[in-house]
Amino acid sequence: MDIRKDLLYSDQHEWVRIEDDKAFIGITDYAQENLGDIVFVEMPEVDREVEAEEAVGVIESVKAVADLFSPVSGTIVEINEELEDAPQLLNEEPYEQHILVVSMSELGEADDLMNADDYARFCEEEEQRG
Amino acid sequence: MELKQTPLYEKHLEAGGKMVDFGGWELPVQFQGIFKEHEMVRTRAGLFDVSHMGEIEVKGEKAQSFIQYLMTNDIEKARAKQVQYTLMCNENGGILDDLLVYKYSTEHYLLVVNAANTDKDYAWIKKHAPDDLQVEDVSSHYAQLALQGPRAQDILQQLCSIDLQEIKFFYFHPEVKINGYPCMVSRTGYTGEDGFEIYLSPQDAPRVWDAILKAGGEDVCPVGLGARDTLRLEAKLPLYGQEMNEDITPYEAGLGFFVKLDSHDFIGRQALQKQKKEGPERKQVEFVMIGKGIPRSTYEIEKNGKTIGYVTSGLHAPTLKQNIGLALIDQQYANPGETFDVLIRNKAVKAQVAKDIFYKKKTRK
Repeated sequence: MDIRKDLLYSDQHEWVRIEDDKAFIGITDYAQENLGDIVFVEMPEVDREVEAEEAVGVIESVKAVADLFSPVSGTIVEINEELEDAPQLLNEEPYEQHILVVSMSELGEADDLMNADDYARFCEEEEQRG
Repeated sequence: MELKQTPLYEKHLEAGGKMVDFGGWELPVQFQGIFKEHEMVRTRAGLFDVSHMGEIEVKGEKAQSFIQYLMTNDIEKARAKQVQYTLMCNENGGILDDLLVYKYSTEHYLLVVNAANTDKDYAWIKKHAPDDLQVEDVSSHYAQLALQGPRAQDILQQLCSIDLQEIKFFYFHPEVKINGYPCMVSRTGYTGEDGFEIYLSPQDAPRVWDAILKAGGEDVCPVGLGARDTLRLEAKLPLYGQEMNEDITPYEAGLGFFVKLDSHDFIGRQALQKQKKEGPERKQVEFVMIGKGIPRSTYEIEKNGKTIGYVTSGLHAPTLKQNIGLALIDQQYANPGETFDVLIRNKAVKAQVAKDIFYKKKTRK
């Protein structure tokens, strides 16, 4: 399982890359592996205001339907439209494909996210719980 | 309740199978991934463990007339060593199960039933059986493998004591040696591809499993329940519990072809005669999504805001690369070209009734 050192992570298996006040959000390698073949991504509307941990979209694999959460509060300023036609990119290169970008209203929320080491431990615990 | 395991449980773990609870059985949902396995079966071959299926043996002088009385299809028409797909209905014409009948002779049949229905079917059959007929649940005597795909015959032939060409579509051979182990082999399956189903003793199953994978090399891989479902649905093969249940009749489910009203008397015949004459109120339709979204089992279907039915099965079809499904809806909306809404997470998404959009079966006639 691939975990990138330069990213932050949520307990819902999203990764976050922060550039100035913008949060690029995607799903982790662990998440895509567990979902299996992804066949559909339901995107939120651009300009929507979201609270941290609010469901903003849906990811469907052949067998599962999973909510996508925004780990931070703010305004959605961009969605990755490429995924609408090629959702399998989330399986192939989860860390190269952000799903959405949120302009953060509470910059301090980034401190609540996990770093790579904490996230690796978190995944191990999830595995053990089954 | 403790989960039941098939004789191939250890093999699945070794192969990295992701195990799930499937109606009380611990079975692999996938190995390398559902899409990869699906594609292997469409282009080369895949090996399935279907040992959870139930087997019920019926033996005795009156076996044939008894099978006739229980089933909608006409078993008299089948020859020895032929396999027949049939339906077992209740008095109302509701489908109790769909099954395969293996005809050894007019006095000896093997019924292969859905795993989840085995106990129910056995009780029903026992209840109606005359005293001098032998009816036995022999599910635990059999493991079952399915080898499916365009390369299936070439792979199995390498290990086989007979010429597999001899087994025509929906026929079986009761005594085939596969790598030396005795098996019953039929040219049947649940994928829309050519292939075989292999019945054998549970203790031999792991060795035959290994032998087939070895013989097939790069051309075969183990396949889990995930791809079993996408393959069967893409080929429009119905699944009990979704396309059929005790409240759905064969005519509603689009399975009228397997009901032979004029050939014999059977349980449910009267109700089905009536329904055929009057026309069923609901009908199964194929549909394709026009709006974005994947239809899934139990999603409601609306027309102008009014519920007219539901999705029985739906998927993103891996080979066809389309979002398609089967639905049971009011017959007045069942004509191809008609549009309706599928409710996906409370949102109405447009879809259209269509015809012949599913994968064209490649089974050998």
